[in-house]
Amino acid sequence: MDSRAIVRIALLAAVIAALGMVPSIVLPIAMGVPVTAQTLGVMLAGIVLGPRHGALAVLLFLFVVLLGAPLLSGGRGGLGVLFGPSVGFLLGFTPAAFASGLVMARLKTLPVFAAALGAAITGGIVVEYACGILGLMAMARMSLPQALAAIAVFVPGDLLKALATAFVAEASHRNYPAAIVSRS
Amino acid sequence: MMSDAFTPQTWLHRVPAGVKLAGLALLSVLLLPVGDCRILVGALAVIAMVYAGFGHVGMARVKLLRPLLPLLVVIGGVQAASGGWNAGVVVTMRLLAMLLLADLVSMTTTMSALMEALAPMLRLLRPLGVNPRKMALAVALVLRFVPVLMTRWRAREEAWKVRTHRRIPPRLVAAFLADILQLADRVAEALDARGFDPSGADRHS
Repeated sequence: MDSRAIVRIALLAAVIAALGMVPSIVLPIAMGVPVTAQTLGVMLAGIVLGPRHGALAVLLFLFVVLLGAPLLSGGRGGLGVLFGPSVGFLLGFTPAAFASGLVMARLKTLPVFAAALGAAITGGIVVEYACGILGLMAMARMSLPQALAAIAVFVPGDLLKALATAFVAEASHRNYPAAIVSRS
Repeated sequence: MMSDAFTPQTWLHRVPAGVKLAGLALLSVLLLPVGDCRILVGALAVIAMVYAGFGHVGMARVKLLRPLLPLLVVIGGVQAASGGWNAGVVVTMRLLAMLLLADLVSMTTTMSALMEALAPMLRLLRPLGVNPRKMALAVALVLRFVPVLMTRWRAREEAWKVRTHRRIPPRLVAAFLADILQLADRVAEALDARGFDPSGADRHS
């Protein structure tokens, strides 16, 4: 792994962190839907860095959070996050970024926007929700239908986030062609 | 922002990080199967007393948990609806107790102390390709990048708001992302120019 990869991994980890801290980065298209912008950073990490390095960026972010940096949305951090009911969503960040990167790398023939949208939905919704549901079932002793009902409210917001991710990926690819690793 | 170095020292600050981590792991195992309300009330009372002993620092930390309240209420409610009031109360109290316990460790342990306590475990991961030297660089870079990103984003945000009252469009975010990726690539070049060895070989071993 060269220094460029290490620095980019650290940068995307910092992007995920910054998205949790700045309430003013409210997604312009989200129209008041309560969403944390943090998963947007997770999807971007996979799309921009590819599956392996994207997952490493998320792991690095989680490591720094567990060390105690208050970087989760709402200023939370530390070992307490491991015992919360939303821990499944948190640990799901890593496979979510990996899945996003995998889909992005596989869809090389599609335009960036379409590929990134597919990647964001696969990682940020399908994989992320599967992990979140498992977490709710384990930590809160919910049954599968209960957990499904509890998180259904987040689907519209996350669809909008996937759209925003795809747009950002496409536009930054135009601005800086080396931005997306699998396309440069 | 990143450390609790300025908060007053408490008795728990003086307990070694490794001992606190081990204690937390042990308590989480002990608390998980507890289904008796009275034991959980007792545990929560003890934890609350520890927090109260820390004065306003402890209270400020508890306030950070407020965003989790709705979720705790929903979980308790769902459990109560399916398994009776007792089940709802037990699940909610156990989650709260573990959250508060883990936060106690984080509150009273500096990041560097935690990293030192974790160092032996990181060394165990070396055969898997984890390089402690690269990890240390990456963690330092993340902590440095966060304020840099915030400052740069605020500058762009202000520049936009001075010009228009319209909302910030996604293309501004995209331009920002392209910009900071270029920044990262320049930082990597600077590291290489200063002789950082990315292979991270241990020169003395």
